[in-house]
Amino acid sequence: MKLVLHKRETVSKRAVVLVPIVSFAVSLFLGGILLILSGANPLVAYGAMFRGAFGSSVGWTEVLVKGIPLMLTGLGVALAFRLRFWNIGAEGQLTLGAVAASGVALFWSQRLPSWTILPLAILAGCVAGALWAGLPAVLKAVLKVDETLTTLMLNYVAILYYEHLYHVTWRAPGYNSGTERFPEFAWLPRIAGRAHMGIFFALILAVVLWWMFKHSRWGFELKIIGSNPTAARYLGISIARSIVLTILISGALSGLAGALEVLGIARRLQQGVAVGYGYTAIIIAWMAQLNPLGVIMVAMMMAGLLVGGDQIQMRMRLPASVGVVLQGMLLLPMLAGSLFTEYALEIKRPEKLPVAGLQQDVGKEATG
Amino acid sequence: MNSERKTAPDTPVLRMQGITKRFPGVVANDRVDLELYPSEVLALLGENGAGKSTLMNVLVGLYRPDAGEIYVRGERVEINSPRDAAMLGIGMVHQNFMLVPTMTVAQNVILGIHDLAFVPNMREVSQRIRELSDRYHLQVDPRAYIWQLSVGEQQRVEILKLIYRGASILILDEPTAVLTPQEAEELGGILSVMQSEGKSVVFITHKMGEVIAFSDRVCVLRQGAVVATRNTEETTPRDLARLMVGRELLFRLDKQPAQPGSEVLVLRDVYATNDKALPALSGVSLAIREGEILGIAGVAGNGQQELAEAITGLRHIKSGELHINNANLTNCTPLKAIEAGVSHIPADRIRMGSVGDMPVADNIAMKGYRTPPMSKHGVLNRQRIGDFARRMIEAFQIATPAPRTHVKFLSGGNIQKTILAREIDACDTLLIAVYPSRGLDVGATESVRRRLIEQRDEGRGVLLISEDLDELLTVSDRIAVLYEGRVMGVLDAENADREALGLLMAGASAEELPGASSAVDEPGA
Amino acid sequence: MGFALLLTSILTITLRAGTSLIYATVGEIYTERSGILNLGIEGMMLTSAVVAFGVAYYSGSVWLAVGAAMLAGGTLASIHAFLTVTMRANQVVSGLSITIFGGGLASFLGERLGPATNNYALVGLVGPRFSAVVIPGLSEIPVMGALFRQDMLTYVLYLLVPLAWAYLYKTRDGLNLRAVGENPQTADAMGVNVMRVRYLATIIGGMLVGVGGAHLSLGYAPGWSENITGGRGWIVIPLVIFAMWNPARAVLGAILFGGINAVQFRLQAGGTTVPSAYLNMLPYLATILVLVAMTSWETLSHHIGAPAALGVAYMREDK
Repeated sequence: MKLVLHKRETVSKRAVVLVPIVSFAVSLFLGGILLILSGANPLVAYGAMFRGAFGSSVGWTEVLVKGIPLMLTGLGVALAFRLRFWNIGAEGQLTLGAVAASGVALFWSQRLPSWTILPLAILAGCVAGALWAGLPAVLKAVLKVDETLTTLMLNYVAILYYEHLYHVTWRAPGYNSGTERFPEFAWLPRIAGRAHMGIFFALILAVVLWWMFKHSRWGFELKIIGSNPTAARYLGISIARSIVLTILISGALSGLAGALEVLGIARRLQQGVAVGYGYTAIIIAWMAQLNPLGVIMVAMMMAGLLVGGDQIQMRMRLPASVGVVLQGMLLLPMLAGSLFTEYALEIKRPEKLPVAGLQQDVGKEATG
Repeated sequence: MNSERKTAPDTPVLRMQGITKRFPGVVANDRVDLELYPSEVLALLGENGAGKSTLMNVLVGLYRPDAGEIYVRGERVEINSPRDAAMLGIGMVHQNFMLVPTMTVAQNVILGIHDLAFVPNMREVSQRIRELSDRYHLQVDPRAYIWQLSVGEQQRVEILKLIYRGASILILDEPTAVLTPQEAEELGGILSVMQSEGKSVVFITHKMGEVIAFSDRVCVLRQGAVVATRNTEETTPRDLARLMVGRELLFRLDKQPAQPGSEVLVLRDVYATNDKALPALSGVSLAIREGEILGIAGVAGNGQQELAEAITGLRHIKSGELHINNANLTNCTPLKAIEAGVSHIPADRIRMGSVGDMPVADNIAMKGYRTPPMSKHGVLNRQRIGDFARRMIEAFQIATPAPRTHVKFLSGGNIQKTILAREIDACDTLLIAVYPSRGLDVGATESVRRRLIEQRDEGRGVLLISEDLDELLTVSDRIAVLYEGRVMGVLDAENADREALGLLMAGASAEELPGASSAVDEPGA
Repeated sequence: MGFALLLTSILTITLRAGTSLIYATVGEIYTERSGILNLGIEGMMLTSAVVAFGVAYYSGSVWLAVGAAMLAGGTLASIHAFLTVTMRANQVVSGLSITIFGGGLASFLGERLGPATNNYALVGLVGPRFSAVVIPGLSEIPVMGALFRQDMLTYVLYLLVPLAWAYLYKTRDGLNLRAVGENPQTADAMGVNVMRVRYLATIIGGMLVGVGGAHLSLGYAPGWSENITGGRGWIVIPLVIFAMWNPARAVLGAILFGGINAVQFRLQAGGTTVPSAYLNMLPYLATILVLVAMTSWETLSHHIGAPAALGVAYMREDK
């Protein structure tokens, strides 16, 4: 007996809807086994996680706190991935965005009118993120250097630089690490708890991007390049220019995330900026199937898992990392399942030769 | 090298009987019978899409036939994979070489051999390769890396690989397509050595000259079926050309005489290379006037594709000039060519001509989206795009469930109509159509041809590249023949006959033709 | 003499710090040579480190612990292999998921595997470890003596690295492996089982990464602490490029990375203030330069050995 995959005639709508749902169920199930092994009732634990994240105003605001950087980096990554530009440098772009915003907030305050500082700091964050992404984009567009590895390398460089700044160069006197607190006029206003105005940036940008993808010439060209670069060239679209411009924006979104993070939460540059949001963003973008509105929802879910994990640590004395385990586990069944949206599985018996004229020829032996 | 043996004295080493292979929408092989005798070179001749490669892929186990039987040395066999074929001593040199460029010749030769020692003795392997290459005149250094070798040398490595594994039936798929003329000549020598060493060879080709030079027998395929099998000595190129392209005229199109105006396209002494950096266009000079269709005849791979790409800005012109509407557009960007009113129906409608993952409506709009009414200030007007697409779907009779259906779910003919709709609407000066009816059914073919004539009648220049002589003769006003990147002659379609075209396509010069009406056009004169 | 002593101590520390890197780098080289990019190393190292420490703590056997770590690394790698080879998922995304999952799993296990007396946590416990086995005589050689003041896992490397090199370049299986990473279509046509080679290379690579993780919690920094890797799993990715996919050169790269830390440590102890961050950036910047040089000079890339099909899923398009 043979399992044979063959390409479907149309993308299966049922699979598109079912795969994420089944994936979520599978990861909850596997996570449940882990919880049972560590002596906890999974249903109780999941309930506590959910209530911890979404059952109180404190929970909600903390979900937003974690959700904002995830949304913005997720949007940046989704944008790059639409072009098939594998930007895994969101972490570094976010970090440098935080650094640039801090630089403005710390050192320009004396020289410039105070009301200009906050917008300038945010802008500086965007520019820094854009430039940090722009370097690999230019290398890719001009010299065809593989962007996966260059964006990854630049993450380390950015993080080392950031650590050096808050540990050494910009360290406030009397502290082991971390800069001075920013002047108050450089603080990003908060809306509730620690949740800050950044949420509006994220929501507005998501809607703008969604609209642009659907209705702008730029979005139209991105789709063509991402789906078929050969056709794009034939249709007169300049691929190199599009890559560089788009990736600058992608980096700016991550830089913005970093800027908002320091201006809205810690209000100083210190440890805790590069905590992996940029990597989680890749999973978010993928799960959202690169749809900006989907990114917002998946980012909230991922943030919920993190906050829920913290909550069950406090309430049930279970490790907070349950949330991270579930996060990582979410995508695994989904990656496995997405094959079925384009391929159908079929069981073939060896005795029977394929019936002539049917589509069975166009297939692939999955297992022997 | 035609051996004295004219009729087969002994049993065939290979017999294929009633082989049928269907792909969705086409019958690639239709009850094909084929026999191969020991120490024989058999040519498999036919146009592109005649089913030659499919038949051989069935033989090496890459495709599974829908019907038919294969006998090797008299025994019925089942070949399910290249490995099965190798066990039976059957090996194939594909058009795209199966070599690992970063490895040496010797490493490539032993790659994948099963009874190889865990630590292969490379000195012994090299020694054996040297012996074989001496015996078969396949000179190549076993220690050289593949990327250091010329294409001809790489082909020798491919043949060595098969011989090293003990293949006795060798299949060469268009072996001379990638070779220089000198290398092709050397290949002829290699074939005769193999023959004298008792190997049987099938080589796939669409070049009459090679059939005559290299083979003992020739089997001609047309539209998936065997139309004739001849001893090479008893046939002529003219005979073969007629067998290969067929005689019957499929269509008669009502066509008014051309009313040519001023020149819209002028090429002067254009040189360009193909993707492998080999010369593809060697001094092409052509002119097309408004209101005329210039057909380009030629066997595939003689520079047609590169010609279309050079005109549309997709391929670098090494020297020479390209003028469109009296503007020098040599090496302009593809966008500049589009803005000059050049439309292009590319040969590869799936990889280049359309975006499968996008809706039919979007594909139709992919040229007009830059300007009003479809977009303004960078914002698309979805309403207008939808209206336009619906209009085009109706006008071109594109059978699609909805304008938003993704193109990859359409049939080949409807994908082609989608491209046609977009390109014809955007066309202002010049329409370049490359194999526009390839693989289409009768109805779709006819509508494509009518559209081309319609464009001509509206005063545009049309460049039609085709392998189908019927198409060229019915649709074009003049026909230029390309051979090895050069224009062999330009004939009036009215007076041109298929045999003259066939000879030019096989490399004869215009002067050699009996009664041919004209020589090469003087462009810009 | 003081200088020789300084060099000896720097080299000793460098080797200690580099051992886990060398294991993981050699493992990833095997994986990438088959055309599979595994960005899950950080997660695999973390998980195998915690598993190794847990097993060692309860069983008292460090070798059993290494075996368990290999099992852990191999299991996570087999998930990656299943997703990318069989299900043809995007390798970058799959690898990152493994890293996030493995990182979460490691901290979860770190807080669950411990004894009740320690609140079920492993943090702060002391278990068996690989300690340095000083070889009498040889360890007295100036400078190079550092090679003989190491623990058993490092000594195993002296054997493993040459073997790994010979396997890749001198054996039939190594030939097949390189062909699969370079041109899977060709390898398939020549009768090499592409799927099998990719699975094996990914899983064996994962097991070696597992040993690297075990060395962290049993040798280099005995015990378990959150983020015990300090990002080592990520460093492996540039190290592979730096080594140009050659196991023998992996040693040089690992020593360079490990050495920068050791030198820095010494310099700081000596009162010099070279900004360590800039020194640490060098390897990453150098990696980018290698990438640029590799791409822009194609002939060079043939010598360098970057697998041409790296990151590309393979499917036989049968018609």
